[in-house]
Amino acid sequence: MEESLVKKSIAYRKSILKYIYKAKAGHTGGSLSCVDVLNVLYNRIMNVGPTNFDSPDRDRYVQSKGHCVEALFVVLADQGFFPESELETLCQYDSHFIGHPTRKVRGVEQNTGALGHGLSLSVGMAIAAKLDNKDYKVFTLMGDGELAEGSNWEAALTASHYKLDNLCAIIDYNKLQISAPTRDVCNTDPIADKFKSFGWEVIEVDGHDVDVLEETFRSLPLAAGKPSLVVAHTVKGKGISYMENVLKWHHGVPSEEQYAQAQKELDEALLMI
Amino acid sequence: MNMGNANLEVFSETLQEIAETNRNLLVVTSDSRGSGKLVPFAQRFPNQLVEVGIAEQNLVGISAGLASTGKQVFAVSPACFLTARSLEQIKNDVAYSNNPVTLVGISAGVSYGALGSTHHSLHDYAALRAIHNIIICAPADNFETREAVRLAAATDHPVYLRFGKRPTPLLREDVPFAFGKARVLREGKDIAILATGETLHPALEAATLMHESLGVDVMVISMHTVKPLDTELLAKVAATGVPILTVEEHHVNGGMGEACGSFLLQQGFHNRFRIIGIPDEYTVTGSQQEIFDHYGLHGQGIMEIAQQLLGIYQENR
Repeated sequence: MEESLVKKSIAYRKSILKYIYKAKAGHTGGSLSCVDVLNVLYNRIMNVGPTNFDSPDRDRYVQSKGHCVEALFVVLADQGFFPESELETLCQYDSHFIGHPTRKVRGVEQNTGALGHGLSLSVGMAIAAKLDNKDYKVFTLMGDGELAEGSNWEAALTASHYKLDNLCAIIDYNKLQISAPTRDVCNTDPIADKFKSFGWEVIEVDGHDVDVLEETFRSLPLAAGKPSLVVAHTVKGKGISYMENVLKWHHGVPSEEQYAQAQKELDEALLMI
Repeated sequence: MNMGNANLEVFSETLQEIAETNRNLLVVTSDSRGSGKLVPFAQRFPNQLVEVGIAEQNLVGISAGLASTGKQVFAVSPACFLTARSLEQIKNDVAYSNNPVTLVGISAGVSYGALGSTHHSLHDYAALRAIHNIIICAPADNFETREAVRLAAATDHPVYLRFGKRPTPLLREDVPFAFGKARVLREGKDIAILATGETLHPALEAATLMHESLGVDVMVISMHTVKPLDTELLAKVAATGVPILTVEEHHVNGGMGEACGSFLLQQGFHNRFRIIGIPDEYTVTGSQQEIFDHYGLHGQGIMEIAQQLLGIYQENR
């Protein structure tokens, strides 16, 4: 895998943990599972950054699974939207850096947090691009548990009805949600077949392989005249041995000892590149 | 009293006038173009209407996404669904994210009277009043409708407009309209009636009846904007000491009347005060007029309550 991107992913994971540890709050497991997708989107794919964020032609990113905001904040800081030191205030009184995306933070496209909203918002943006003959793309990150929200399926219908091939939804398919494995809570599988039957073009990829992710996003749209769905198979808590696939790290906060171990594991991973 | 058109018709005509020169205006519907009187709009401006099907949550989310790109969006759906099923989208995607969508609740109040509570919107002021960053406006007549639609199309603020479906009388046009500025349509020194939406006309009827039969001078105010409330005018009226009566096509809980009452109490006013609306009970069904008649939302009914209020007031004077 491309070394610079892999290094960035590790750096992002270190920062995610740093600020969650300091805030004593955050959605640790999901932020660690989706951050490779964000890494590739912001560093290789999307035409959006601090200098063109007010441009009507920018690409849009809507984080429908808003609770994994720590990953987004860390990546936005790295893009230069704001100094990373501002994340020291995460979840503190009157900080803009709250537990969900908010437009008070430069670089955040829409306020999210309630699940099942991002896809409709993105469909609106994608329709606007078609109406105005603009070639920007719209990306939406969703969770597999989030797919139980019915509003997603309303939006999925509309996206294919309007042939929104400028829209790409990504499922952070980590297979766990707050109370249990997704298949045991309300099984949303088979995700790919469901979206295909709604008229989407779907690809399933390793959501931690930055090369595959980049290649996939570069090939968008997956099919002309269809919205694209990237089912990114991920591991909740990815990168930290004791967090991977362990339910309690959905919003678990590491102890001092656990935090030290997590940072050590990431430092070691960096050395092994 | 000369009759005008249904406010919905005027809404549609006004949108067409705006769309002639403003290609940025979009109407988004949830299979509601017919009931929203928007078929002529759809025929004239097919590229400015986005249909999302019977999916109100999606309607509001998509509208917010469109508005975020700079489109001037009117999201049109029956008020009963728009302000209940999509309430979270209104709260988060429109108001909280500050995407300047104009939400248009059609066939509002008990316009769909015979269809039952599923189709009544008697909760919408209450629900939306508790949400920050949205103007709530119920135009009373064709004039207010035209003005409200024009202002909504020009504002960069979320707005909720509420329209009934039956023709409304033509009322005064010489009093200017602005969101948050109530309109005094009739001066009077003995009692003030504040009415919103399609209850304004019955309030005016009550004023005429009271003047003719009792010689009472009734001030009638069109409180078209439920939020932000025109507290300046309210305080001015309250300071004269007159009894205040509010009238609305909404549950008595959480509507314009409670908004006024809350303001008055907190400002230390103790005027005689009554709220007329739909009581907190299983709502009767029938035509809009029959439901109005059932609950005394007509000139005679309003006059009776006003008399009670005034009688008590006069005894204590």
